[in-house]
Amino acid sequence: MALVLNEEQRLLQDTARDFLVKHAPVAALRQLRDTRDSIGYNPQLWQQMADMGWASIILPEAYGGLEFGFLGLGVVLEETGRTLTASPLFASAAVGASAVLLGGSEAQKQALLPNIAGGTLTLALALEETHQHNPTYITTTAKRQGENFILNGSKCFVLDGHSAAQLIVVARSGGTARSSEGLTLLLVDRTAKGVSCQRTLMADSRNAANIRFDNVLVPANNILGTADQGWALLEPVLDRSRVAIAAEMLGCALEAFERTVAYLKEREQFGALIGSFQALQHRAAHMQSEIELCRSVVLQALSTVDDTPQQLPLLASLAKARLNELVKLVTNEAVQMHGGIGVTDALEIGFFLKRARVAMQIFGDTGFHKDRYATLCGY
Amino acid sequence: MEDLEQFRLEVRAWLAANCPESQRQPVGAQEQYWGGRRGTFHSGDARLWFERMRDKGWTAPEWPTQYGGGGLSAQQARVLKEEMKSIHARTPLYGIGLWMLGPAVLEYGNEAQKQQHIRAIVNGESRWCQGYSEPGAGSDLASLQCKAQDKGDHFLVNGSKIWTTAADKCDWIFCLVRTNPHVKKQEGISFLLIDMDDSGVTTTPIPLISGESEFCQTFFDNVKVPKENLVGELNKGWSVAKALLVHERKLMAEIGSDSPRQILQPNVAAREYLEFENGKIANTALRSALVEYDMLMQAVGLTHFRAFEEKASGVRSAAPMVLKYVGTEAEKTKSELLLAIMGSRGVGWEGEGFTPQEIDTLRLWAMSKTLTIAGGSSEIQLNLIAQKVLELPRS
Repeated sequence: MALVLNEEQRLLQDTARDFLVKHAPVAALRQLRDTRDSIGYNPQLWQQMADMGWASIILPEAYGGLEFGFLGLGVVLEETGRTLTASPLFASAAVGASAVLLGGSEAQKQALLPNIAGGTLTLALALEETHQHNPTYITTTAKRQGENFILNGSKCFVLDGHSAAQLIVVARSGGTARSSEGLTLLLVDRTAKGVSCQRTLMADSRNAANIRFDNVLVPANNILGTADQGWALLEPVLDRSRVAIAAEMLGCALEAFERTVAYLKEREQFGALIGSFQALQHRAAHMQSEIELCRSVVLQALSTVDDTPQQLPLLASLAKARLNELVKLVTNEAVQMHGGIGVTDALEIGFFLKRARVAMQIFGDTGFHKDRYATLCGY
Repeated sequence: MEDLEQFRLEVRAWLAANCPESQRQPVGAQEQYWGGRRGTFHSGDARLWFERMRDKGWTAPEWPTQYGGGGLSAQQARVLKEEMKSIHARTPLYGIGLWMLGPAVLEYGNEAQKQQHIRAIVNGESRWCQGYSEPGAGSDLASLQCKAQDKGDHFLVNGSKIWTTAADKCDWIFCLVRTNPHVKKQEGISFLLIDMDDSGVTTTPIPLISGESEFCQTFFDNVKVPKENLVGELNKGWSVAKALLVHERKLMAEIGSDSPRQILQPNVAAREYLEFENGKIANTALRSALVEYDMLMQAVGLTHFRAFEEKASGVRSAAPMVLKYVGTEAEKTKSELLLAIMGSRGVGWEGEGFTPQEIDTLRLWAMSKTLTIAGGSSEIQLNLIAQKVLELPRS
């Protein structure tokens, strides 16, 4: 019964909701923004999240993991989407953990996964080189030099790039630009010699960075997966990440929507609650319909990661494209239906609007995924 | 679960042995069997297939065996459906009796009504149509005026019903009638079964924009209806009607995923009608529209599946409430997309110069406009979602 949560998953979701509402509400993100926090998230909070097992939900028990599967991670991400909680959960526990889990050698897994599980090792995927998601457009070079690689190039929109301990860098070791052949994924210490990091302040007040690599020496045993065949690892990692961010976006949409519906029931104009106006009722009901469709899509995509990964590319693109459009619709309507107060910084709705716009850019916008879905369908 | 797998194997073997080869092809509109006194089979195989399924009770797989049904659980019925689908087995019997009236009689009818009507529906002996809407009562259904006066041993019915689907071919009509004009409009309505052969019942087909006349208007002129044809309590017909509307909406919501008519899929049409460059549809706007539609339909299909799973696990959600709206709107989108893909070949009305498929597509496009009107229009569906799911205040 993949499209209905089981008892354990419901319990995990309830626990996550209680914890996040209490310890990491939207107000916490506002405070990180207003204080220009140097890390961009609260490390103590992250440690608490890791202590509850959230950093290791998808990891096998053998590596200190909770082994709850992607559906388990999805329900927690949905809750962090509701509270807009800034943490390494996505970049480390979803993206980074997937990369090590799918591509790491046994020695790498032994060395890295328990630390990821414990919340002590944070990761960031250094992939993008242009302002549009294009995972094969890689000009950062990894040149062999004896037993090592020399890394040169620059990356942008690296999520958690300025705070993560290690970077997973997608570099070109062969093939032509824009080719999926000749890519290599390398683990690089963020503080290694030749790595320079510029934090970028994004609209959602979350972490991202531009990163330059100048003649960075990387030992060959830091390769994740197989040299020159990085695409075989990168694509499933990206698809898992797209599904994970879609789950977070569902939470973001649900929260913005529920707050808006609540406002429709309390705001009075013309001597009536504005929620009694059919012009608003129909738009709200349409959003509810879109939410129902998206919930089915996200649940199926999460289950696909665990159960039928051969169908993942199609489901991942479906999920990311549809959730992109959902958060855009819902956050725009949320602002509009709140009226004047909706465009004030005092109201938290603006935080959802801004997070939605950044999340829409993560690992493919709607156009990218529509194109990919059409290509996968053969047209 | 093991039992279900065992059941699947049995079903598979039975279907393999009993479904004639000719009944494993897509079904044309003319080939469907709708039963009733005037029902005819398109072929001997269609009759054989129907009779075999009927004898198993599988024309109504989930209905109780004591009334001729199959007695299957929801999960078993789904298995049967899946196995039939996998060999493209045709639906042996179509009908509003199966889809709508039967479930209502099983829920609200008395024993005599079940004995009389349920078995007749399962056996394909009676064909039903619905008498809800009236010329003056569309979206505001509860304002209906067709009246049934208590005359002691019978009701005397006067008035008319509109959009009575295929009423000219039906044996029975189930009607909402006004039995008390002096109370709040929902509280004076009763649910009545009327034999269409009764004196005073006449039916006229209504020509539609599609050129077809599936829908009729049915007139009742001093029709005497026996008291035992009242389903549920007097003046409590509105609750029967609401339960039945849920079945109708579910049915309409599934129309795209489980269409009785074999219809062209847009991504198949695209290969036939559109130019490709390097494996992609050259017209990027149409490619974009097609992928949006395919994504939408996958999402709708998954939501149907989720609603089914939730029901089986006893989980409540809003999914069933939105499916009529999204399913029928998607169906209209599909028809518009097909026309766009076919270009001027998609707007042929009849005769030479167009293939039957092209003309059928255009006719279905016109018919698709009814989907978001019948069974509660999209606007009514949105009202319902706003009020029942979101609990927004009434205006």
